[in-house]
Amino acid sequence: MTEAISLSGAAASRGGAPVWSGVDLGIARGEFVAVLGPNGAGKSTFLDVALGLLPLSAGGVSVLGATPRAARARIGYLPQRRSFDASTRVRGVDVVRLGLDGARWGLPLPAALSGSARAARAKVAEVVELVGASAYAERPIGSLSGGEQQRLLIGQALVRDPEMLLLDEPLDSLDLPNQAAVAALVQRICRTQGVTVVLVAHDVNPILGYLDRVVYFAGGHGVEGPPREVIRADVLSELYGSPIEVVETRSGRLIVVGTPDAGGHSGDCGGHDHAADERQAERPVAEREPAG
Amino acid sequence: MSVAGPHPSWDLVADWEQLTAYPFMVQALEAGAIVAVMAGAIGWFMVLRRQTFAGHTLAMISFPGAAAATLAAIPIAFGYFGACGLGALALAAVGREGSGGRAGESAAIGTVQAFALGLGFLFVGLYGGQLAGLEALLFGTFLGITEGQVVTLLCIAVITLLVLAALARPLFYASVDGAVARAGGVPTRFLGVAFLLLLGMAVAATSEIVGALLVFALLVTPAATAQLITARPVRGLLLSVVFAFAVTWLGLGIAYFSPYPVGFWVTSLSFGLYVLTRLCPLSPRGRQRTEAPPAVA
Ligand SMILES: Nc1ncnc2c1ncn2[C@@H]1O[C@H](COP(=O)(O)OP(=O)(O)OP(=O)(O)O)[C@@H](O)[C@H]1O
Ligand SMILES: [Mg+2]
Repeated sequence: MTEAISLSGAAASRGGAPVWSGVDLGIARGEFVAVLGPNGAGKSTFLDVALGLLPLSAGGVSVLGATPRAARARIGYLPQRRSFDASTRVRGVDVVRLGLDGARWGLPLPAALSGSARAARAKVAEVVELVGASAYAERPIGSLSGGEQQRLLIGQALVRDPEMLLLDEPLDSLDLPNQAAVAALVQRICRTQGVTVVLVAHDVNPILGYLDRVVYFAGGHGVEGPPREVIRADVLSELYGSPIEVVETRSGRLIVVGTPDAGGHSGDCGGHDHAADERQAERPVAEREPAG
Repeated sequence: MSVAGPHPSWDLVADWEQLTAYPFMVQALEAGAIVAVMAGAIGWFMVLRRQTFAGHTLAMISFPGAAAATLAAIPIAFGYFGACGLGALALAAVGREGSGGRAGESAAIGTVQAFALGLGFLFVGLYGGQLAGLEALLFGTFLGITEGQVVTLLCIAVITLLVLAALARPLFYASVDGAVARAGGVPTRFLGVAFLLLLGMAVAATSEIVGALLVFALLVTPAATAQLITARPVRGLLLSVVFAFAVTWLGLGIAYFSPYPVGFWVTSLSFGLYVLTRLCPLSPRGRQRTEAPPAVA
């Protein structure tokens, strides 16, 4: 079976500036993969490449055995930092439904008249159930909490039965219990449905136990491998080009210490860095146990 | 309004006969219905896409277009539709920053709007500043509509609504969830330009009838009211059309029997409807506050 994503000698640039180069990696189907790295390192860029939204400036990419554009219909995507403000008067189920047939031209037929519309409605209900959002899916999505919105958006990404999910910081802006719950949900989908999951994260700890592989971008390069072989002082020091320490707490949390700032890069959420990670490091372990 | 004579008999059939006794009233009712359906449908998407400022700017652009047409002694419809079409393309060009550029976009649109208004005053000045003409451009010519205008409006409305129907679903997707739609292969950029053109057509048609300043009574208020009432897309779209239609015909009917102008009645009715909906405790807004317990996987 072909790989889910493979890059060879790949380089990407944005607005003329190189983001990363010389990246080789292979993600096998059905794996749960985290994409890590500091702000501006090119994590979202990696997803854009996999979606065919950004062509590589050098090297090759193949996604699910095809070109990224050809594979696009088989991928579910959740972009970064997307929340609907309170005035968005669209129901959760409608947002999920868009993932199913939103790209089709013309007006949707009422379910009373059309068998395919009934099937679509049933599919949406099934996915809403799967992500555990049935209690609030009929409400306007703008009136839901960030975690509730995130579940529905994951449902939207799932509704076409994709072979792979690309999730850009789905745990962002969730509290710790919700981080754990959403991570557990994604992992369950990965294991039970055989869906490859590529998840961008800032903090590896809520998902550490689930991961098959991590891809780490920093310093204009990227490396991949099993979590404990990549998140190591020597690997990261080489990647960043400066001394990095990795501390493992007694409860098995990994804390990366001494990451230099993302240099001249201005990531799109500049201020979020180790301060936040350290705050999290001080939190009691029990808080982040998956609740389900 | 000019016809101050008739009095309502409160017998609806008799009143309807009175109302349609004159051809100008029939044409006003026909044109009003066409424009209301168009404005209600396109306005719903405009409110959803948060492009009311672009809509407002197009309305302001229709004013110099109409003034220029009057000045050049060509049919005024050419002025409205030409200006709004070009204006829509101009807005599409200044708004092409892509995602995230909302603030820059609205500033650019504002600049276009200020320039358009300046042009309008220039044309009115060149025309000799005849106030009667100016008032018609700003507040509409509801009662001076010819049969030919009705036919033209009908053609434009049918084409616009057919195009809107063809684009409806991906347009909804792109409006609600642009980034995912783009990643899923929806041509969001094309849809953005196409929608501005449709909006231009709706604004031009509406301006021609209710005037550049009162366009929003049909374009924004019914759509905003519908979105307060329901979050369901198809239902909301239909409600918006029904509201626009109802306030237009009611406005025309009341104005016929009253000394005040049509524009006033149409705007007041649609404003009243909006306020009522906001205050009404039965609207689903109240339901939003009942928090569901956080579900855990
Ligand atoms: N549209 C764009 N045009 C030009 N440069 C861009 C664009 N988007 C991103 N960049 C630059 O590309 C680099 C990588 O950006 P990317 O969004 O991939 O980072 P990231 O790792 O996802 O960061 P974050 O953790 O902040 O999301 C950054 O230096 C950023 O400034
Ligand atoms: Mg990113």
